[in-house]
Amino acid sequence: MTAATDYTLAELCIVAASQAFENDGEVLATGIGVIPRLAASLAMKTTNPDLMMTDSEAWMLSEPNPLGKRPAEFVPATESWMGFSRIFDNVWSGKRHAMLGPTQIDRYGQSNTSALGGTYDAPKVMMLGARGFPGNSISHPNSFFVPSHNTRVFMDGECDFVSSIGYNPERLPKGHSLDDIDIRLVITDLCVMDFGGPDHQIRLVSLHPGVTVDQVQENTAYPVHVDEDVPTTAAPTQAQLDVIAALDPHNQRAAQIKDNPPGDRG
Amino acid sequence: MDKQMTATEVVAQLEDGMTIGIGGWGPRRKPMALVREILRSDLKDLTLVSYGGADVGMLAAAGKVKKLVFAFVSLDFIPLEPYFRIARQSGSIEVMEIDEGMMLLGLRAAAWGLPFIPTEVGLGTDIVTKNPDIKVIDSPYDDKEWVAMPALKLDASLIHADRADARGVCQIAGPDQYMDDWFARAADKTFVSCDELVDTEFFHDPAEARLVHWERAATSGVVHIPGGAHPTSCTPLYGFDVPHFKAYVASAKDEAGLQGYLDQFLGATEADYQANVGGIDAIRSIELPTY
Repeated sequence: MTAATDYTLAELCIVAASQAFENDGEVLATGIGVIPRLAASLAMKTTNPDLMMTDSEAWMLSEPNPLGKRPAEFVPATESWMGFSRIFDNVWSGKRHAMLGPTQIDRYGQSNTSALGGTYDAPKVMMLGARGFPGNSISHPNSFFVPSHNTRVFMDGECDFVSSIGYNPERLPKGHSLDDIDIRLVITDLCVMDFGGPDHQIRLVSLHPGVTVDQVQENTAYPVHVDEDVPTTAAPTQAQLDVIAALDPHNQRAAQIKDNPPGDRG
Repeated sequence: MDKQMTATEVVAQLEDGMTIGIGGWGPRRKPMALVREILRSDLKDLTLVSYGGADVGMLAAAGKVKKLVFAFVSLDFIPLEPYFRIARQSGSIEVMEIDEGMMLLGLRAAAWGLPFIPTEVGLGTDIVTKNPDIKVIDSPYDDKEWVAMPALKLDASLIHADRADARGVCQIAGPDQYMDDWFARAADKTFVSCDELVDTEFFHDPAEARLVHWERAATSGVVHIPGGAHPTSCTPLYGFDVPHFKAYVASAKDEAGLQGYLDQFLGATEADYQANVGGIDAIRSIELPTY
């Protein structure tokens, strides 16, 4: 399959993020937000048809729903009920892989969705709260999507509030090993990373076209492990772009990364 | 047994300092008419347990909340709840911040009469460091440590259902009952507002009875309030009121804050409120959300 030449950065990120789900087998793929949801949906439509998916409300689907308003005659491919209480039965079984977008990710892969700055009793900025991050992070694999790679997200020190467990030996619960924690891919507007460096250090997996190693390091407040040869993130194929376009008929993906830049910034 | 009562009679059974569970999820099927009746009362110092939305924001901004047990407070399509943020950022409420699933376990423990339920959820996070009341314990069966999620015992729960009969058989016909069955079971008293009051015969159809998620013994009172979930959704009867939520969120930036919103909409009774938001026909015609 030949690579397309005309694609956006959002589409590059969707394709790169979809690889997180490729070898998952039969698990629930949960992508929160437009790009993660399209990434999980693309994987289900192409590389891993065994994935399970919800409609983001209360039903399991055997085919992902297109995003946004659908025609009146649209019939979702419902296969079972999956209300919120049942989601936890799935989460705690471990048969799930979530891709989420926290506000902070520290050097340990711990993330924050709750309180920023100030004190915990009176934070400077209050966001959503811990949500399901504590349970997700200790129960099943998780990946992250970050639309703007900068040192506010990949910040110095530890997260202001640790919503999800990471590779921090100081916080490791008794009887657990750091290898019990399973953070998969971190996809940003600059690159793809994982925590596969020495001692679970964050590691550069691939650079998006036109992005340099220095750019990634400058925008990350802690050292990124860089192997000798870092590949370029693979461009989408036309077939992948066609699937994405069908899953996102209102082009919500165009509004996800500032100014909707092209995929190749060389 | 006839459990019908008015919203005013429900609030008369609540006391300062009580722990109150609120059903629904974010902007979905919240017992907002009962919340509004609390806003009209002089109740205070409440501890709320909620998968929170504007229920939490309004009660916190109105000074009714001493403590909040939460995993999130959000309006979904507007991710950040403005009045919850103001309450947290000003340090005006105590909090017990937990994971969404931990809340379910806490409600189950209360419903089952257990002091706690063990879980690995929360380990390694600030859930266990910021909550001195949540203990981490050794297991008698393995060498690991576990979070002992304490029972979330509720003095009262407030829930909105699609339909109920006078004896407290409640039906949630939408696609998700959320954790409302556990809120009903975890509380000493559960008060349910309903969009439609039906005869008991309605439930003789097994397809209708299948959508009843707790037994009537767990329902203490039934209040017939068509449109009582507004501005939250009550799928399949009506969606959430996007323009109304936008006005609510915008009010947080005004000098008058929540009081300005309340002056515009709350009124002295639910009939006043509904007149101020366009009436029951307007509520029932709000389009269902697409996810």
